[in-house]
Amino acid sequence: MKWQNIFKAAFQSILKNRMRSLLTSLGIIIGVGAVIVMVGIGQGSQYRIKKEIDALGANMLIIFPSHSRMGGVSRGAGSYNRFTLADTRKLQKESSLTAGISAIVGSGGQIIGGDSNWNSRIYGVDPSYLEIRAWSLKSGTFFTERDVRAKAKVTVIGQTVKENLFPDSNPVGERIRINNTPFTVIGVLAEKGQDPRGMDQDDVVLAPSTTVLYRLKGGRYISYMMASAISTKDIGAAQEELTQLLRDAHKIKPGEDNDFIIRNQAEITEAAASAAHILTLLLGSIAAVSLLVGGIGIMNIMLVSVTERTREIGIRLAVGARESDILVHFLTEAVVLSLIGGIIGISIAYGVGAILNHFTDLTAMIQPQIVMMAFGVSGAVGIFFGFYPAKKAARLNPIDALRHE
Amino acid sequence: MTTVIETRGLKKNYRMGTVTVHALRGINLSVETGEFVSIMGASGSGKSTLMNMLGCLDTPSEGEYLLDGENVNNLTRNQYADIRNQKVGFVFQGFNLLAKTTALENVELPLFYDRSNRVPHTRQAAMDALERVGLADRVHHEPNQMSGGEQQRVAIARALVNNPAIILADEPTGNLDSHTSVEILALFQELNEQGITVVLVTHEPDLALYTRRVIQMSDGRIVGDKSVESRLIAREVLPTLPTLENGENGEVQS
Ligand SMILES: Nc1ncnc2c1ncn2[C@@H]1O[C@H](COP(=O)(O)OP(=O)(O)O)[C@@H](O)[C@H]1O
Ligand SMILES: [Mg+2]
Repeated sequence: MKWQNIFKAAFQSILKNRMRSLLTSLGIIIGVGAVIVMVGIGQGSQYRIKKEIDALGANMLIIFPSHSRMGGVSRGAGSYNRFTLADTRKLQKESSLTAGISAIVGSGGQIIGGDSNWNSRIYGVDPSYLEIRAWSLKSGTFFTERDVRAKAKVTVIGQTVKENLFPDSNPVGERIRINNTPFTVIGVLAEKGQDPRGMDQDDVVLAPSTTVLYRLKGGRYISYMMASAISTKDIGAAQEELTQLLRDAHKIKPGEDNDFIIRNQAEITEAAASAAHILTLLLGSIAAVSLLVGGIGIMNIMLVSVTERTREIGIRLAVGARESDILVHFLTEAVVLSLIGGIIGISIAYGVGAILNHFTDLTAMIQPQIVMMAFGVSGAVGIFFGFYPAKKAARLNPIDALRHE
Repeated sequence: MTTVIETRGLKKNYRMGTVTVHALRGINLSVETGEFVSIMGASGSGKSTLMNMLGCLDTPSEGEYLLDGENVNNLTRNQYADIRNQKVGFVFQGFNLLAKTTALENVELPLFYDRSNRVPHTRQAAMDALERVGLADRVHHEPNQMSGGEQQRVAIARALVNNPAIILADEPTGNLDSHTSVEILALFQELNEQGITVVLVTHEPDLALYTRRVIQMSDGRIVGDKSVESRLIAREVLPTLPTLENGENGEVQS
């Protein structure tokens, strides 16, 4: 046996029929490349959303006011049983399964400072807010319980606000005016980027809850509350504890519906993750179509060349090639072309992934399993259609193969 | 003298739907070493079918065949492949060279598949074969860069390269002009002088006169078998022939 001769013949066939080799490989390149990039983008988005939600604080609970119902009758849209600071204080005092609870008093406003002004969201919060959100300070300090009790006119600003008002200087100690009320900047938040919905989390101004409620907004009601469970496994228990405490505070009788909703991070994560999963599925089906198109391309090229190649097989059989020689020859060709196409496809996919990650907002996360899957499927298609017609031709009498039209 | 080919009652039937074509109806033929035989007959008389059986390119429906003293009936596909590889050199009307492949590589092809390793230096053997057919200066040409006559010479070199017991040529000049045809006959005569057994199919009576024995076929049977009385020598005839300047396939510069 002269295996090296047969391998040599296979490589010669590939080199002598450059166009056919190129087209065959092209099908595999497209199949492999498209699948890897598409699924990579889907999984990248999924991963990024999950990471960003985790960064919100994994143990976080959000407590919203909602419509309350009395004996199954809605009191109507205007009748929120909204939260007051007293609700927050009661929860803060009586809850044992939370690490921190903060009132959130939302307000919009114009901020004047340095030489410019800027419109931003202003949140009145409690000192535990920073820990609940798992945020940190870049410089300065955060306000304390004393500031809250004193309705102190102190503020901590986000990066975007800092860059617009004090682009070149440290704002800590500077005075700014929020809706014409003077505040002292005591800290700057570390940069956080966008949240999963694309909102700029750095375009924010924080001040004590009492200050915002009584000095800026006026009124009794806070917007909602945030809390963090003492640990991830206590989220459910903390949620139940807060529910009970709030029902007591709002004097809701057994059997009556809550006038609030408590969402935990897991639920929020799940919702976002399932959206990202749908995206992955969508991109995955586009990828599957690419794979199919690539596969049909390979098949066409191989089948078109069957006539020509059947005669070639006839010649080889006529001069004494055994069936197994032909099989090894064509299998080698198909495997080599599939391998080359696969390697080029994978390289292109990694290149495109790197470009996407570097130059666009898309995140492509290329996973080895997907690479193997795409490679495997395209390779199998390439090998099958490269090999199967040859196998059929090799079984013919030499004279029938030579006569093939 | 030993017998290279011996057939007894060789038959070949082709079934086409409900009709059975009897292409060969019982062929008894023997060819001795060193013979130069031509097979003649009308189109459809079974010449190609017989050649394919003799070359082990196809198997007979019935009958016995001894090639080079070996019984070659009911062998495995691999055994037939090895016989084609080592005992037979086949020359086709349509050349059947591999496209985009040089003359040298085409001639080397049978040695690629030779499991006996009788020929250690395959490239050199292919060179020698090309030299024997007068193409030493065309070794790196591909089929589409050669005239029909040259392509057929490459095919003959490929048939020679394995030192076969016999060379079988089925209308080797069918695609060539008359001048080139005689040149090919000259080459066969030369090889035959060197001791190679040749069986050649032609439908041109003129060309049969260059061989030593003419077998006449009709309707799947041998109907005539006689020696050539006054054999023509192609080398002597060639200078008397007009050279064709505009031959379609057969332009050969001499
Ligand atoms: N593969 C085939 N299938 C059916 N009939 C065939 C086949 N090959 C040859 N024949 C028939 O066998 C007969 C002999 O053909 P062939 O040997 O090619 O004749 P020749 O070479 O003398 O012209 C013809 O009638 C032809 O039609
Ligand atoms: Mg014929």
